[in-house]
This record gives sequence, structure tokens and C-alpha cells, in this order.
Amino acid sequence: MSEPANFDEMSGPDGTIRPAYKGYHDWLSEQDGSWMRRKSFEAESLFRRTGITFNVYGQEDAEERLIPFDIVPRIIGGGEWRRLSRGIEQRVHALNAFMHDLYHRQEIIRSGRLPERLFRSNTAWLSQMVGFTPPGGIYNHIVGIDLVRTGTDEFMVLEDNARTPSGVSYMLENRETMMAMFPELFSRVKVQPVSNYPRRLATSLAACAPACAGEHPTVAVLTPGIYNSAYFEHAFLADQMGAELVEGSDLRVVDGRVQMRTTRGFKPIDVLYRRVDDDFLDPLTFNPDSVLGVPGIMDVYRAGKITIANAPGTGVADDKAIYSFMPEIVEFYTGEKPLLPNVETHRCADPDSLKYVLDNLEELVVKEVHGSGGYGMLIGPTSSKKEIRAFRAKLEAKPENYIAQPTLALSTCPIFTRKGLAPRHVDLRPFVLMSPKGIDITPGGLTRVAMKKGSLVVNSSQGGGTKDSWVLDD
Amino acid sequence: MLGRTANGIFWMYRYLERAENTARLMEAGHRMTLTRGAEAANEEWRSVVSTLGLKSSYEEHYDDYSGAHVCDFVVRSKNNPLSVLAMFEKARTNARACRSSLTAEVWEAINEGWMTLTEMLRRPLREANLGTVLSVVRRESTLARGATHGSMMRNEIYCFARAGTFIERADNSARILDVKYYLLLPSLAHVGTALDSGQWDNVLRSLSGERAYRWLNAGRMDARSIADFLILDDRFPRSLAFCYAELRENLAILSRMHGSETAANALLREADLRLTGKTVEDIFDRGLHEFLLEFISSNQALAQSIAEEYRFNS
Repeated sequence: MSEPANFDEMSGPDGTIRPAYKGYHDWLSEQDGSWMRRKSFEAESLFRRTGITFNVYGQEDAEERLIPFDIVPRIIGGGEWRRLSRGIEQRVHALNAFMHDLYHRQEIIRSGRLPERLFRSNTAWLSQMVGFTPPGGIYNHIVGIDLVRTGTDEFMVLEDNARTPSGVSYMLENRETMMAMFPELFSRVKVQPVSNYPRRLATSLAACAPACAGEHPTVAVLTPGIYNSAYFEHAFLADQMGAELVEGSDLRVVDGRVQMRTTRGFKPIDVLYRRVDDDFLDPLTFNPDSVLGVPGIMDVYRAGKITIANAPGTGVADDKAIYSFMPEIVEFYTGEKPLLPNVETHRCADPDSLKYVLDNLEELVVKEVHGSGGYGMLIGPTSSKKEIRAFRAKLEAKPENYIAQPTLALSTCPIFTRKGLAPRHVDLRPFVLMSPKGIDITPGGLTRVAMKKGSLVVNSSQGGGTKDSWVLDD
Repeated sequence: MLGRTANGIFWMYRYLERAENTARLMEAGHRMTLTRGAEAANEEWRSVVSTLGLKSSYEEHYDDYSGAHVCDFVVRSKNNPLSVLAMFEKARTNARACRSSLTAEVWEAINEGWMTLTEMLRRPLREANLGTVLSVVRRESTLARGATHGSMMRNEIYCFARAGTFIERADNSARILDVKYYLLLPSLAHVGTALDSGQWDNVLRSLSGERAYRWLNAGRMDARSIADFLILDDRFPRSLAFCYAELRENLAILSRMHGSETAANALLREADLRLTGKTVEDIFDRGLHEFLLEFISSNQALAQSIAEEYRFNS
């Protein structure tokens, strides 16, 4: 295939350095190549020592793996970021309003903007949430919006993560690592800080506490345990917030509250930042075999005695068929045109679209509507005839299970390789906090980068790496 | 703090302590094998394995007590769930599960120690490398202990860490003393012979107490004064009296923080009576072996009571 012309974050097609990268590029050109190579190596041992690892399911000998880290930052100008944040804020407001509506009057369906079958077939839909409003009216307390870029002013939303967005610990550790390795760089280029994210998270979660909480609500992080792929992040966030890191076995419903077993007896929890899926949250309500959750927590929740973040049932919004309606959803709830466009999306449930997709499989990216993490997708241009044939059969058998998008000319950003800088495709996941007090977006987010030349898959579960993401203080 | 976390911390420090004590015992044993003939060397390795309580699991896998087999089994073998490496790994797994209750210094010390040992022990261990590996075990656990001492808040978490350390150490010291005294002397006729004093020297070395003991008892080497030193001398950090002074202090802080005493405090007071105000003659009148067996079982009961009172598991 011919390589599409990509927008590069650092330099224009004629090699001129873009304004946001000027300070960094000046610094870089003064550095010695072999010293940079040593630094790149140093970064890895730093990560391994501090235990920033990631478990990959199904890889036994690599039980704890490092996500590759690249030492060249992804840089966004201050003005650029302000425009982006307005679009993100609008989208997150809309998502929250959408959740409330879906579980109450369903105006959006009555108005005919969204087909009812979409969420009826959505496995993340929870009938237990119907008619119930979570404390403060907040559904998606923490959202990750995946953005991709194809040109100077062309940012698009690729995915919404309203269920349990992960990766924020990498955003924080990447910055710490960069500051430890290149302190002089940060005195030359002014970068907006991210290190207060845990405090902002703690404040935002506390602001969502139920009415029964005292002045200082007790916040806890619920993890499935040390074998979960994101355990490091759960422990990291609990530690940074000064919150308890709890597992299902620590929790019990006592006197109508969810309480944790401490060395002094049971103590009530006001806000539970859960990193356990809905299905496993309450064996009495959902999966009866779950040992990760708390029997009876849904009753406590519905009685308004605990905040669960994110609210059960918000996963509906992560569905890629719902995603395809986001422009309509944003407009319906905010009364404004969306500031951030979607990627053009073909819903395979629709016969005309399906025909188009089947005719153009070699050109398209096809994804499962409920999939995540880069699993179960087809990237037409990089797949073999055999893979495409196999995928075609799956698609024809269950078209409503898929959506398709054009293969985007994702922007690239240089990574540091043994042979010097080389462009690789990137995306960006900003992290957004929502409470009754408002929306709070940490400047930057997590830049994921495909480490392989030409690859468009940035997911860490598929070998992708990360970069420190800078928003300039200009 | 969470009961589960208290349990995790308590056991993390127990595993760390036991890994270190196992390494000490191996070092002392190894030294013994070098000072005697090949036949006696196998005997010495057998004694190390039985002191560690690993005799039956060892004999399931090997039918001799060669240095190579014993070293590999005790230090790293996958067939031995209580190998030094396995215990370091358990300590590290617990640290990972309690990560948010430990300082970065402690976590990094444990994690790096585990990484270093895993790397060193990738292949079967040869006797020639035993000394290097064991000194790394001691150094890594010393680093973890130092990080604990230098960076952790003196709160509940610290108390459980210390309680775990000293429950385990008291148990290990008592076992080493008991096994050497009761099981390993071939017969009473050996008491006072070169073999006897060699064994006692070995006991002291296993507990890193040979220097302190020599300094206190210039030239003398007899069962009574060694037992006196290892049981009753509260200045020696591996003596039973020292461990119990530490336990007393940490359980007292815990009960002050919780505003009330528990059954564990009562058990501790009872156990204390066996150590304080006693002379080594009192102990020998009763019988050293009986004394130690009773001590080990009351130490276990104390650990059990701490787990129950502070809701480790339910």
C-alpha cells in the first residue's frame, strides 16, 4: 500500500519545525546522540525498578511487562489545547446528560434521533439503573476521550471511554520520569503541570459524595486485585489520593452502608472509585459467581448511601454504535454543534452501509461495537487476503456487531530509535473529571504511540508505547 | 487500615525475615561442611535441612544430601515452596498487594531485591556461588529493613511490620537453638567435645551472634552460657528476650492507638513471664527442649491472636 501523507506533530512537510516544538527542538539539537541513547535505556530501568508494570492476559512468562516509553514528548500548544478542551468539555457534558436521559425519560429516543434497538441490544445497559439518579446527578465521573489528529486543526474523537478509562498513572509517571531525566529541559520549556491530577480526582470524587457523608467523605478505590492488568494504576491512584485500596473481600454491607473491614472494625465508605466492571460489582444483582464485588452494594446504591464512580451502566456510551450517534447526541443535549467531530463511521447494521463496507474491506478499519483494547478488529490495508476473508464471514454473520471507519492518516510524532528520530503514529487520551462543581480537564493526557513503523495500533495490549504529553504554558 | 492490608504487611515482614534467617543458617552450615570431611559434610547439610523443617519435602525429591542438591533446594528450587527465593517472592507479592501502605523506598528495596535474586537464580545454584547469593539475600533484606526504619511513619502499619518481623525471628531463633541442642548432638557423650563446641559455634553463626558472644564470654563455649545469651540477653537483636521486648512495645503502641487492649496483649504478658526474671538455670531445670517447644507454640498462639484481634482475615 502507499503510505498516506501524514501530519507530523513536530515538523511540516518541508521540514520546518512547528511552533509548539521550537523550544524542544532547539534543546534537542544541542544534545549528544549517544547521551540520548543512554537516557533512553535509563528510562526503562527506572520504570522497572519503580514497578510500573502492566499485566498482559494470556502471556504467562511475561506476567509483568513494561509499556514501552519513548523519551520524545508529544507537544501541544497552549492555544491549541484551549480549543480542544472546549470541545472535550462539551462532549463530556453531553455524555452525562445522555446517561441521565437514557435511564429516565429517554427523550432522545422519543424524538427519533436514536433508534431504540441500539441500547436494547447493548450489554452495558442496566435495567437496575432505570429511574435512579446517582448522587449529584453524575454518571461519568472520570472520562477518557481518545483523540486522533489528521491535520493542523483536524482533531477527531475516535472513542469515548466512560466506563473505566485507564492509563492516567502513565500520564503521571511519564512526566515524573521526564523531569528526572531532563531537568534542564523543563527549565527551558514551560509545560503545564499534571502532577496535581490525584488531588483533583480526590476533590472531584469527594464533591460527588452522597448526602449521608460527613464533611470529609471517605473515598476508596476498588480493585479486582494484584493480578489485574491495571493493578499498578489502582494502587498508584489510591496511594496518591490518600484513599484505601480495597478488594471485594474487604467490603460488606453493614447497617445499610458499604463498609470496609479495618483493624478497628467496619468503617463506612462514601465514595467508591471502582475499577471493577459492572458485571462483577454485585453478585446478588449481576454475575452471581463474582468474588470481586460486594453482595448488596446495588441496594445501598439505590438507597443513596454510596457513590459509585463511574455509575453502573455508563458503559453504554463506550459502545461504538452509540459512538456513531455522538454528533446527534451532543447537539440534542447542548443545543450546539459539536466542536470536536467524530471519525466518519459506517454502521454495519444498516444494509446500505454493510454493502459499502463489504465492498471496501481492504480500505477500512472494522471494529466490534462492544470491543476494546484493540482486540477483535480488522485493519483492511495491513491485513492479508486470508484475514480479510475470515473477517468477512464474521461480519456477514452478525453485521449489527460491527462498525467501520476509513483508515485514517493518523498524525505521527517522532520517537527515539537507535538510528535517531523516526515518525510513528500517535493518539491522545485526555482525562476528564466531572462533579456537580464542574468539569476539570488535566492539560495533556496520555499519548499512545505505535512503536512499529507504519502501524496504526497504539493499544498497549498490542505492543503500543506511551509518551509524555505536554501542553505548553503559553 | 484494612485488616487485609495489616495481614499482608505482617506476612511480608515474616517472609522477609524467614528468607534472611534461612540464608544465615545456610551460610553457617556451609562453613561447617568446609571444616570437616566429605562424609561429615553430608551430615551437616542434613542438619541444615531438618533445622529448616524441610526434611520430608526434601527427601521426596532427592535421596542424598549432597551440597549441590541441598543448596539448590533450599535457595531456589521450584519444588520447595519455602525456598529463599520463593519467600522473597512472597514478600514482594505482599508488598505489591499493600503497595499503597508502603513508602516508595520500601517498595523499591523489595522490588529490586527480588529482581536481583530472580536474575541471579535463573539457573541451578552451584555450591561455588552459594556465598555470593546468600550475602545478596542478607544485603537485600537489610536494605528493606533499613528503608522501613528510615522512611515509614510510626503508625499502625509500622507496628504490624515490626510485629511480623519479631514473631518470625523469635520463632526462627528458638527453632535453631532447639534443633541444634536436641536433635543434632549424636549423644550425650559428645557434650564438651570438639564436635559439640563446633556445633555451638555454628548456632551462634546462624544467628550472627558469634562476635557478640565472644566479646561477652571470652573463650568460653558451653551450652548454658550460649542458651543464656540466645534466650535471655535482651541486648542481642536475635535473642528471644529482645524479640519479645520489641513485640511488647509494638503491641502496646497498637493498643494505645486502638484505645483498648486485646487478647493478644494478655497472651504476650503470659509469654513474657517465661522470659523475664528467669535465669538460665530455671530453664535448664525444666529442660531446654521443653522450654523451647512451649515457647514456639505460645509464639504461634500470639501470632494467631494478633490476626484475630486485628481482623486480618474476617
